[in-house]
Amino acid sequence: MPEAHKIDIRHVAKLARLTLTDEEAKRYESQLDGILTYIDTLTRYDLDGVEPTAHAMPVYDVLRADEPRPGFTQEQALSNAPKRIADQIQIPKVIE
Amino acid sequence: MLASSTIAALRKGITAGEITPRDIVLDVAKSIEAGNAEIGAYLSWDVEAALAEADRADITKPLGGIPIAVKDNMNVTGQPCTCGSRILSENYTAPYDAGAIQKLRAGGAIPFGRLNMDEFAMGSSTENSALGVTRNPRDLSRVPGGSSGGSAAAVAGDLAIAALGSDTGGSIRQPAALCGCVGIKPTYGRVSRYGLVAFASSLDQIGPVTKTVEDSALLLNHLCGYDAHDSTSLNIEVPDFTATLGQDIKGLRIGLPKEYYIDGIHAGVSASVQSAIRQLESLGAIIEEISLPHTELGVATYYVLAPAEASANLARFDGVRYGHRSSSAGDLMEQYTKSRSEGFGPEVKRRILLGTYMLSSGYYDAYYIRAQKARTLIRNDFTEAFKKVDVILSPTSPTPAHKLGELKDNPLAAYLEDVFTIPVNLAGLPGISLPCGTVDVEGKALPVGLQIVGKALDEATVLRVAHAYEQSR
Repeated sequence: MPEAHKIDIRHVAKLARLTLTDEEAKRYESQLDGILTYIDTLTRYDLDGVEPTAHAMPVYDVLRADEPRPGFTQEQALSNAPKRIADQIQIPKVIE
Repeated sequence: MLASSTIAALRKGITAGEITPRDIVLDVAKSIEAGNAEIGAYLSWDVEAALAEADRADITKPLGGIPIAVKDNMNVTGQPCTCGSRILSENYTAPYDAGAIQKLRAGGAIPFGRLNMDEFAMGSSTENSALGVTRNPRDLSRVPGGSSGGSAAAVAGDLAIAALGSDTGGSIRQPAALCGCVGIKPTYGRVSRYGLVAFASSLDQIGPVTKTVEDSALLLNHLCGYDAHDSTSLNIEVPDFTATLGQDIKGLRIGLPKEYYIDGIHAGVSASVQSAIRQLESLGAIIEEISLPHTELGVATYYVLAPAEASANLARFDGVRYGHRSSSAGDLMEQYTKSRSEGFGPEVKRRILLGTYMLSSGYYDAYYIRAQKARTLIRNDFTEAFKKVDVILSPTSPTPAHKLGELKDNPLAAYLEDVFTIPVNLAGLPGISLPCGTVDVEGKALPVGLQIVGKALDEATVLRVAHAYEQSR
């Protein structure tokens, strides 16, 4: 019986900005363990010296001239804001 | 009935003055009103807006007056963009057109209707949608596949002329296979991802879901092309993908990967695909066995890379600028965690947690870098194989459509169904699925899809083979 993966699900949830009920924490931990066990297939292959591939059709150094160009109007940018005060998005206090 | 027609046929009718764009939109709307309660392909559709566009349509353009339904993860100005999720279903209206939509519009097409999907494109059955159930038009007790299930169900059920889908691990091809229509994922970088809500940025591509191979080629001609807004967009010429349709395939080499003959392929799927292979041979193609030795790594590699990329891409859903914001949050941290936890469904949470774990300190090398190396090996397998053959053939899905709810508590079983489609995304190659027969399951004829994969940027050959087979049936 393979050893269960050590998943600190509460810590991972905090990193992911998710809250979990106790039931969810247990369920996700067990499901993740199952998936990670399957993913361990990758450890059976010798990958030393293999270059990682980030993109299958890579393009490099994609830059544009540093010139201003049109974007959203302020109204467009604010159009989906859940809470708005004048021309700003309102959020809870950031700094105590 | 216009809704059951194709882009090619409708364009002939429009140019001949026999039908108007308004006629087409009205007929599609009628079809949706009659059939959507049962099939559930659409989440929303705005007939008035589409009619206004139809009346303004420039019918001299190649797609002039043709309504195209859109998977609900591509921004179209003024339309919803729910991604099948509660986190975007309340109060998000797209303030811009995605790059692919801009190109469709430039070709004269009308984006009409928002199609159901697995939440944030995570899933292979559309059962992960938080907003509704989509059923397979061929058997309403079964899934349409996913994540572009709404797209395939609409096209196969004649609730749309054609649709756009998106494909990260098979999400265009697999639902096309399960519903019995055509779907193609282009080479990575061919179609702009600007305005497509990102799931896994190194894998996502937009593509057409259509009734015929010709219609897919017609749409691809317009969807493809450089977009400065997408830094992964390829700045290369777009050929006319319809130009080589109808050319024969004598002497064309078709590769069958020996690693794909696995237990778990439904006997009826095997039989249909074998029959298609014999058909292609009779058309003059040469069939060769090839090897893709690292096939076994595909699903595992994908389920490291995709959730990892998704965990980063979905970090933007924090209740600040758009989407669901929790009404019970105290401080900022609570606003983030509650908004996200209230808004995301279980499969999305599962993948975010998985991806976050695998990218976190101490695990990054063991998982993410390792998977990127495996990706190199998978990609190299295809490069080697394409020295010997022109296209690679397989079933799209090992099984026909399963019943709604059948794989509910077994996420891993669902992941393993993507074994033939996933490697194509990992290698960035073009791949099509088209119908190759049906299998009788409990008295219903369930569609089987044939997958044809080509060399990078060689959509023309993929389409030519697909078209030759389609026309010979």
